[in-house]
Order: sequence, then C-alpha cells, then structure tokens
Amino acid sequence: MKRMTAEQAAGKIEDGMTVMIGGFMSCGTPEILMDALVEKGVKDLTVISNDTGTPDTGICKLVAAGAVKKLIASHIGLTPLTGQLMSEGKLDVTLVPQGTLAERIRAGGAGLGGVLTPTGLGTDVAIGKEIVSIDGREYLLEKPLRADVALLRGSIVDEDGNIFYRGTTRNFNPLMATAADLVIAAAEEIVPLGGIQGENIVTPGIFVDYIVEGEPA
Amino acid sequence: MNEREKIVKRVAQELEDGMVVNLGIGMPTMVGNFIPEDMRIILQSENGMLGMGELADESNSDCNIVNAGSKHVTANIGACFFDSATSFGIIRGGHVDLTVLGALQVDSSGSLASHIIPKKMVPGMGGAMDLVTGSKRVIIAMTHTAKNGAPKILESITLPATAISKVDMIVTELAVIEVTPKGLLLIEISEDTTVEQVLQKTEAPLVVSSGLKTF
Repeated sequence: MKRMTAEQAAGKIEDGMTVMIGGFMSCGTPEILMDALVEKGVKDLTVISNDTGTPDTGICKLVAAGAVKKLIASHIGLTPLTGQLMSEGKLDVTLVPQGTLAERIRAGGAGLGGVLTPTGLGTDVAIGKEIVSIDGREYLLEKPLRADVALLRGSIVDEDGNIFYRGTTRNFNPLMATAADLVIAAAEEIVPLGGIQGENIVTPGIFVDYIVEGEPA
Repeated sequence: MNEREKIVKRVAQELEDGMVVNLGIGMPTMVGNFIPEDMRIILQSENGMLGMGELADESNSDCNIVNAGSKHVTANIGACFFDSATSFGIIRGGHVDLTVLGALQVDSSGSLASHIIPKKMVPGMGGAMDLVTGSKRVIIAMTHTAKNGAPKILESITLPATAISKVDMIVTELAVIEVTPKGLLLIEISEDTTVEQVLQKTEAPLVVSSGLKTF
C-alpha cells in the first residue's frame, strides 16, 4: 500500500519545496532518490541536511544539477562545488552546528517550540538569537525545523514502513522521519511484516508515507 | 619522527583507561594509533558510533560503517550505533571525557578558532562547536605556527570563534601548554627546542612553569 518507484517519489517533489535528506557524507543518503530528482530536473529546493555528500555521491548530485537554491547544513568541506556556488552567490548556505541541527529537527518533529543549547554562545552562531538564562546558565534559543518532504534511506524496511538501519547509516534519518509532512524511505531490502523484530525497529512505520525499493547496498 | 607524529604521541599520553574520546578529522585521528595496549579507550564518532575501531581495509571494510571523515572504519566488539541527536546528546551532555581537535588559532583565555577563514575557507563547523562546548576536557593538537610562520597561539583570536574559553591544553611539536584562569602556562618543551624559541613563536604571553619538562 505504501510502495512507489523512485520516479513516482520524485513526482511528489515540486519546485521550491523544502526537503530534508538523511545521511552523513552520503552514508545513509537515498541515492536512488537523488538520481530521480536530478532526472526530473526539479528546481529551487531548500535542502536541510548534515552536508552535501561527496563530489560524486549524495546531495552533491542535486547541487551539481542546480536543483538547490538554499541549503541548511553543518558541513560542506568535502564538496568544493557547494563552497564555490556559495561564494559566487548562487547558493544560499546557512551553517548550523551539527548537534544544533539534529536537535532543531528533533524539535520540529516532536512538537517542541525550540531547544536551548550552550553550543554557539559567544560565536557568530548566536547573532540575532535570544539568549535564555536557566538556573544561572546561559543558552541559545534555537528554533525547530520542519520540511515539506523528508527523503530517508533504510537498510531493511517492512511493508508498514518500519525501518532498521545498519551501522552508521542511521544518523539524521530517524529524526527527519518525524519532521516532514511527507516522508519517503528508499529501502535496500523490503521484508514482510514481522521481518524486523520489534525491538530492532528504529523508525516506527507510522512516520513513513511511502517506500521505494531498490536502494543499492 | 615527524612533527605530526610527535604531537599525537604526546597527546596520547593524556589518555586514561576507560575514557570516552572523540578524535577530530586529520591529525587528531592519528592519536588512535598510539593507545597503549593495556588501555581500553572507547572512541566516539559523531556520525553515530561508540567503540570505533581502526581504519578498515579491503578485508574488513563494511560500506555501512564510516567515521566522521567519511572513511570506512571497523567496529570493535561491543560497539554501538545511534542517531545524530543521541550522538550530540553524548557530546553536549558531558559524556565525552576528552576531545582532541585541530585549530587555526587558540588564545590566552582558551578560546579557539577552527572552522572558518572568512571568504577563503568556509567548510562549516560540523560537530566542532558542540564537541568543544560539551566535552569534559579539550586538547588542541596543532603545529605551533601557520605554514607561513605566523603565530597561532595568540593573546586574542582574530578569526571567528568556534567556542569561548573551552580549551584545556595545547600540544604542538614544540610545546605543551596548559590553559589556566591566569593565562597560558608552558609546562613542557620539545627536547629539540628552547624556551626562548617557543616564546618567540608564541604571540600570547606564556608563564614558564617552575617544573618545566621536556618531551
């Protein structure tokens, strides 16, 4: 009931949408969905992700295709192209501390009005943000992040969309699953209900709207 | 022994049995090569792993297990994996005993700049701001001066700050410096150098410890 092809998934993503994409330097990024978006020629996306992958993989494919207008990420050092477009004024990049990015997405999915973090106090990250004092300690108020669509990568996904992640492919995927209006998971392997032991399910299927088969291992 | 090896071997002497340690990308990662055999150190990788092993080779590489620099690594027995919010809860929540990272500049108050040279190098802070903010102890492993000879240990950093007053110790190829409330204390110098040379290559005022040692 929830299955679709990568092409159908790309069809759900319209120009100008805000899209969260899982992965850490492409480990845990749904490559088949990146390829499908490039194929479709989508434009003006706002992408929320940890990074833009590597020069040949992951989100850098979207950057290279000119699909991204705005990026909210923690690190772009592995993809010189992203930095180049940023310095040429062709890509609007907001850099966020990695732990703050994770918590802002978690807050967006958990119904919270934001998070208070000491990270970034006294740095450029604090510019324009409210400082809140709790029991004599100062924190930055960081607001929640949400997206129109989240694109995830699961190692094993069952027919209800319950997800198990292998190794370090997990990273931002379970957080993003909670923080978007539409959630699409590319699966390395799809199994029947019961194929993943309940205790090993990291992302409950209720967060996932569609499953796409065929993500390469 | 080259400069980098000298630095990381000295940093490794700060390890204690049972510590949870995060090693930054580049030179700090090499500290992992000098963990004493009788010591158990749990390496944390901010992309979501505790119990990280060595860099993997063709025989033991698993495409699902990488470090924060995107390199394939092995998982030690008992290693575990988690999402980025848990990973940074571990980091920000004070559950990492020691973080070792590089820096472009460090100053007398222990503030550091490591993540940006405006208009030149803008890679983003990644996990660095959280790591230096939340870890119980922060050691900077870096060359004493920049490639052009410019001092990196300053009275006040001039590049955008990564964190304010969070550094505990600076280890370079020439010196080991402790950050104290009264400023920087020179506690060790390399056996290849002199106090005068270290002072000359350091812009920040240094107090020379009465118990100065060599390494």
